Amino acid sequence: MRAQAQPQATDPILLMKGITKVYPNGLVANSNVTFEVRKGEIHALVGENGAGKTTLMKVLFGLEKPDEGSIFIKGEEVRISSPNDAIRYGVGMVHQHFMLAPSLTVAENIVLGAEPRKGIWFDRKRAEQVCKELSEKYGLHAEPAAKIKDVPVGIRQRVEILKALMRGSDILVLDEPTAVLTPQETDELFEALKSLKAMGHTIIFISHKLREVKELSDRVTVLRSGKVIGTRDTDQVTVEEISRMMVGRDVVLKPMRPKATGTRGEVRLLAKNLNLVQDGTQVLKDVTLQVRAGEILGIAGVEGNGQVELAEVITGLSPCDSGEIWVCGQDATGKSPGEIRDMGLSHIPQDRMIFGVASNASISENLISTRYDKRPVSNGFSLDIKAVAKLGQDLISRFGIKASSAQQAVGTLSGGNIQKVVIAREFSTEPKVIIANQPTRGIDIGATESVHKYLVDATESGTAVLLVSADLTEVMSLSNRLIVMYEGQVVAYFDEVQGLEEEEIGLYMLGLKRQEPDEVTASMMGRPVE
Amino acid sequence: MRRNAWFELLRTGVAIAAALIIGFIVTSLVSESPAEAFGYFLKGPFTSIRRFGSFLEAAVPLTFTGLAVSLVFSAGQFNMGAEGQFFIGAVAATAAGIFLDLPPVIHTVACLAAGMVAGAIGGFIPGILKARWNASELVASLMLNYVFLKLGMYLITYHLRDPSAGALVSLPLKESSWLPQFTRTTKLHAGVFVMFLVVFACYYFLYRTSKGYEARMTGQNISFARYSGIPVLKVMLLIQVLGGAVAGLGGAVEMLGIYRRFQWQASPGYGFDGVIIAILARNNPLLVPLAAVFLAYLRVGADVMAMYADVSAEMVSIIQAVIILLVTAEAFLAGYRHRLTLKEVKQRASAS
Repeated sequence: MRAQAQPQATDPILLMKGITKVYPNGLVANSNVTFEVRKGEIHALVGENGAGKTTLMKVLFGLEKPDEGSIFIKGEEVRISSPNDAIRYGVGMVHQHFMLAPSLTVAENIVLGAEPRKGIWFDRKRAEQVCKELSEKYGLHAEPAAKIKDVPVGIRQRVEILKALMRGSDILVLDEPTAVLTPQETDELFEALKSLKAMGHTIIFISHKLREVKELSDRVTVLRSGKVIGTRDTDQVTVEEISRMMVGRDVVLKPMRPKATGTRGEVRLLAKNLNLVQDGTQVLKDVTLQVRAGEILGIAGVEGNGQVELAEVITGLSPCDSGEIWVCGQDATGKSPGEIRDMGLSHIPQDRMIFGVASNASISENLISTRYDKRPVSNGFSLDIKAVAKLGQDLISRFGIKASSAQQAVGTLSGGNIQKVVIAREFSTEPKVIIANQPTRGIDIGATESVHKYLVDATESGTAVLLVSADLTEVMSLSNRLIVMYEGQVVAYFDEVQGLEEEEIGLYMLGLKRQEPDEVTASMMGRPVE
Repeated sequence: MRRNAWFELLRTGVAIAAALIIGFIVTSLVSESPAEAFGYFLKGPFTSIRRFGSFLEAAVPLTFTGLAVSLVFSAGQFNMGAEGQFFIGAVAATAAGIFLDLPPVIHTVACLAAGMVAGAIGGFIPGILKARWNASELVASLMLNYVFLKLGMYLITYHLRDPSAGALVSLPLKESSWLPQFTRTTKLHAGVFVMFLVVFACYYFLYRTSKGYEARMTGQNISFARYSGIPVLKVMLLIQVLGGAVAGLGGAVEMLGIYRRFQWQASPGYGFDGVIIAILARNNPLLVPLAAVFLAYLRVGADVMAMYADVSAEMVSIIQAVIILLVTAEAFLAGYRHRLTLKEVKQRASAS
């Protein structure tokens, strides 16, 4: 279907010209960006995180006001100062984080803001009718009467798309739509997008998964550091070429797992029968796992299946209802985050802006947050500011953090460099156990590469790593052993990751398949030390 | 970083200028001769040595309460209790000044310590309520002001009162407890040295000690602090206790340096001024004395104006209110700041 030259395929339906956007902290998100999309194509917008893709789309959708530049839709210059304007011009957006009301039904969410009425009352029947017609027309099936909170992520995304279509969008923007999907759901999404294209819709697809870009898109525009590097026909470029445009150099896309050392080290992290109920739902159910020195235990699973809660319980950030946690042979159950860190645990949190850094504080201040009362930074009472500055300098150069000085506020750095600050802090205290929760989420390929390298190096020198990732490729290629979490439970355990198929893991992630709980525990815990 | 500091200075300057203009407009509405009245207001503090002295004297208690509030604000906590802590600190110093029998200097130090301890207890209560039961420290500290005011008045009336005096005042403090005054014309006293010591100590604590770092990080991002292993509940408690101690010390200094016998019938209001000063000084201890001097200047100027012209001293409240509104309004001059940022970015781009 691709490159099948329909007559109107070369008309630009959207032209963003000379867009410049500077954020109040001085970050140049877009610098003189010109972006052109033809009618009826799937246009991939790629770039490392912080390259300015999301900002550009926010400008298009009226969420950010550009400092310079103009926007043309169907040949006419338009002023878009709010999402309402954007919708009026036929631009629809499916955000990374869905904007749906969880307690309302699929139909209610779709018609929200344009509800059919009978007199002064909401016409539920009509709404469900509209929803059904839309679903059938576009081949995006969703049960109209189901509540949003009861349907899986893939369906929620469909609802978002249907919502945009209902408002008459012919330019549909999808911001990293596959980040939260399983392989199966991704395939279904792509089918739907291809059929939308066949119906004449234009789709802008933001991603940094190049395999998907290659599979789905007609053309691709690459952004780097806020500038357009180029636009190409997708079938004229290879994945390697695109990644070189994104990063500015060659990259190794496939990380290597740590070498198995032959003998398995001692148990560094042990969690036994952890249970946690939050807001009436059981978010952790009898979770048992152990990680040994010198290995990476990966946790695969769709986001929101208890991974975050597990990490928070292990690191002492939230209490568990029952169960035990042991770190390096010491009882860590119910201990404070500080006490658990003192046992040798490091933690890369999932949300770096909430937990990982204090964004208005300087880089050095962020780097000392776990050792501000220990030598050489402190004598227990006062800080040695020379030692603080030296540590800042050392870690900035050792971990390749791009910053003007150690005094720079962390919030003014790019996402990848902020993550490097977190990594530098967590890896430089010689941890015995590292909990890495989504360590490469939202950072660029270059930074991802180095994060992988640090994880592997630490593991090979004897650290025990618990790696949580929603990126199945990442968790499968890095881990020595693997478990899958579904609805707060460990539903599968694999002693050997090599040779596993992503589709196979996907079945466990979706809850379609599970191993016997006793068997999971027995094979993970009971195996004699070789 | 530098751009930020410069911009904040500019913003404060513009806010002050705008407030003075509005103050002048209000003056011209109520006054027969506004220019003259406003002249008294601006020049007032410099018209005599005594006035100049009283303007500097007034800055001392303001600095203490400003520091007390700044410390607590730095840790992201509220402190509306400096008023009561200052008051009870003064009462405690009075009691120590009356009852203790010690040689000079040592007696002074003991009185100052008594004030600190009393103030620290005043900070401990909202601190422990917050840390233990997550009770709002804003409400607790605000309400405690009344408790300390009434407790203090009870102690003065029934245990420390001078029966031979015509008014409700305490017995005089023993001379051995006094902070010496420098000259006869002004009441400026050795408490100024204590003040500078405390200014420096607060700065050192916040920016040069591990505990101060804990406090600042808790204020910057409490989730980050908890995740890093900082015991945030202990930090909240400690910072309230320290803030209370500084406010209480301020009350003690005021007693030993200026009054030498307790004569307040109502809360003198320095605690709430402390909030204004902390906001003006952006919680930076080194800037607190400057902000305190500025506020004291406004106050003394207004008094002089009320004395010689037909405008009442309350006019200064309008000026204060406008300054606070403009300084705390995040969006004030944000457009100008953004243009500056854009310009700088372009320069950087063309330079490279």
